[in-house]
Amino acid sequence: MSAASEVMEDIGPDEASSSRRLADLVFKLREFGIIAVLLIFVGVTAAIQPRFVDSQNIKFIFTNATIYALLALGETMVVVARNIDLSVGSVLGLSAYLSSDLFTRTHGIPIVGVFAAGLGIGLACGVINGAIVAVGRVPSLVVTLATLYVIRGFDIIVVGGGMVVANSLPNSFLAITSSSFGPVPYLAIVVAAVIGLGAYYLRSFRSGRELYAMGSNPEAARLAGIPTGKRVFTAFVVSGGIAGIAGVLWASNYGTIDSTAGTGYELQVVAAVVVGGVAIFGGSGTVVGAAFGALLLATINQALYVLGISSFWDEAIAGLLLIAAISLDHGIAVSLTSALRKRSLEHAT
Amino acid sequence: MQPDAFTVSRGPEPPTGSPQAENGSLPTEQVRSVIELVRLLVRWETALVIALAATIAFGVGVSSQFLTGSNIFNIGLANGEVAIMTLPMTLIIIAGEIDLSIASTLGLSSSLLGYLWLHGWPMPAIIVFVLFIGVVLGAVNGLLVTRLGLPSLAVTIGTMTLYAGMAEIVLGSTIVSNFPARYTNIGVNPFPHTVLSYSAVAFLVLAVIFGAVMHATPFGRSLFAIGWNKEAAQYAGIRVKRVKTILYMVSGLIGALAGVLYTFRLSTAEFDNGSGLVLSVIAVVLMGGVSIFGGKGTLFGVFLAVIVFCSLQNALLLTNFPEDATGIVTGGLLLGSVLLPNGGDLIRRVRAHKGRGRFPSAP
Repeated sequence: MSAASEVMEDIGPDEASSSRRLADLVFKLREFGIIAVLLIFVGVTAAIQPRFVDSQNIKFIFTNATIYALLALGETMVVVARNIDLSVGSVLGLSAYLSSDLFTRTHGIPIVGVFAAGLGIGLACGVINGAIVAVGRVPSLVVTLATLYVIRGFDIIVVGGGMVVANSLPNSFLAITSSSFGPVPYLAIVVAAVIGLGAYYLRSFRSGRELYAMGSNPEAARLAGIPTGKRVFTAFVVSGGIAGIAGVLWASNYGTIDSTAGTGYELQVVAAVVVGGVAIFGGSGTVVGAAFGALLLATINQALYVLGISSFWDEAIAGLLLIAAISLDHGIAVSLTSALRKRSLEHAT
Repeated sequence: MQPDAFTVSRGPEPPTGSPQAENGSLPTEQVRSVIELVRLLVRWETALVIALAATIAFGVGVSSQFLTGSNIFNIGLANGEVAIMTLPMTLIIIAGEIDLSIASTLGLSSSLLGYLWLHGWPMPAIIVFVLFIGVVLGAVNGLLVTRLGLPSLAVTIGTMTLYAGMAEIVLGSTIVSNFPARYTNIGVNPFPHTVLSYSAVAFLVLAVIFGAVMHATPFGRSLFAIGWNKEAAQYAGIRVKRVKTILYMVSGLIGALAGVLYTFRLSTAEFDNGSGLVLSVIAVVLMGGVSIFGGKGTLFGVFLAVIVFCSLQNALLLTNFPEDATGIVTGGLLLGSVLLPNGGDLIRRVRAHKGRGRFPSAP
């Protein structure tokens, strides 16, 4: 898909705007595509098993999807700039344990303090990732693969054999993820608003657009004067901070936190982002799409459960969906590129 | 083993008129020749040998058991499968791609082995069939990457999930452990006349084969060409798609072989066997000095990294370091191995960044 934007650089301002409209339309269709798949999936499942759309189930799906969607927001910022953050699962785990453990260590600590601690832990991890990637100029795949291990190992040493149990957490803390407005958890509404802000930032702020530019063509972005190092660093810090907050929410949602919290989340989040239409090599995709990707994966999980299909099918279906999404995106990118090229040729002659 | 077969390190130089020449901010001829000199003196393999010596010294220091035959057996037993899987991964990364699904192939072959054994197949037939399925799984990866032109990072995240899911479907929550003792003995007894585990012997044999293929055959040399510059390799007459498909098929085969060894060693077939091993495999390959951008690396470096990794992990366990936390060392080594050579390498890396993506070949 980065190819599409490269083509756009070749052509004049008039055609550029019409071409951009075409590209915008296609990407919008791509997002509607996920929503359509989601609706079809919900419809079919509900037709077979009406229990699927009762409020209990919907709430469950939303709660599950919320944490992934939040992580997907940070991951999208990193991925559109042609980087990847594989450490989010480990950061979530470390933050979940250390922040919720504050309730047992410090009696009467305000919940805001716990969130601040989680955010701080996440930001610190993000700073480490970002600094090594931006200053050390090491590929982020390698850096975050390493910090995935290091942070998880650190977590395991800190936790030892211990765990935080729901009894030691105040009810008001557990209520953050469990209280809801009808079938919609309050948390989902808050996260949706945050994702909206993220979408607005990436769409309308200069630094947000620069992330896409870097993802389309890193070298051109650098030559155009974009402070690529700074932008990458910031993206990693944001992704880390979000993973830190997600850790606190994870603790509130599950109540029992040991050193395995969030294991394997990194790949689930990357899967959600890719299913949501974000190109793995950057340059295109939106946080809204990524959030719907997360929602789709969570819905499928729950649908299988409700339909009485063994949860053993979950992973295989997620994998197939992922491959289908990548193939579809590739097909779209190829045909869009050729359509744009044809247009600019017509215009030139 | 012939070190010479392993130490031919450089891939073909990038085509002339490389981006470096066009950029004024790069160092003068002099600085560059000094850097070349430093690079020759401080080869990555030299650093790995020093790291290995330090690890052995550390191991001997923490326990008198470290260099005993039974401990060396344990070192090979605990990490033999990871060691084997680093070999095809090295080839794939050098060719500028990646295979994240290899450990899921291990898991699926383990599941299949258990399932077919429960259903009364004779063991030799099961093993042949499982290895064949491994090749098929690899071919699926290869075809998706080469024929559809999809990025391997994304494809193999997908097939990693897919194959792990298929393993769950095949075996469910069943745990198969009634394998005949003549097979499960590989988890107890060393290879005859040695102190090494069967998996370690398999690794040594395969390492020699892979090293020879990689550094001394046209096929092996073509991997470096593809990793450096896919288009140039294509125009030079290398059948890039076919080569990559073969690599993925080999990767699937080795993943399945690792699955068979893993199952017999633990005497258990479970659907989640081997989950999470893929990150260790990649970490070891990169520690061995293979460039994530492709085109550069030696099998000898990976071989040394495997030994450093296995013995360090074992030495840590002898100090009662929590087993699950040994990842902190894996990660630390990986970070060190990319940051350490920063001085002289930085310039080369900047050069590599230019005109080439941060990841292997985006479509």
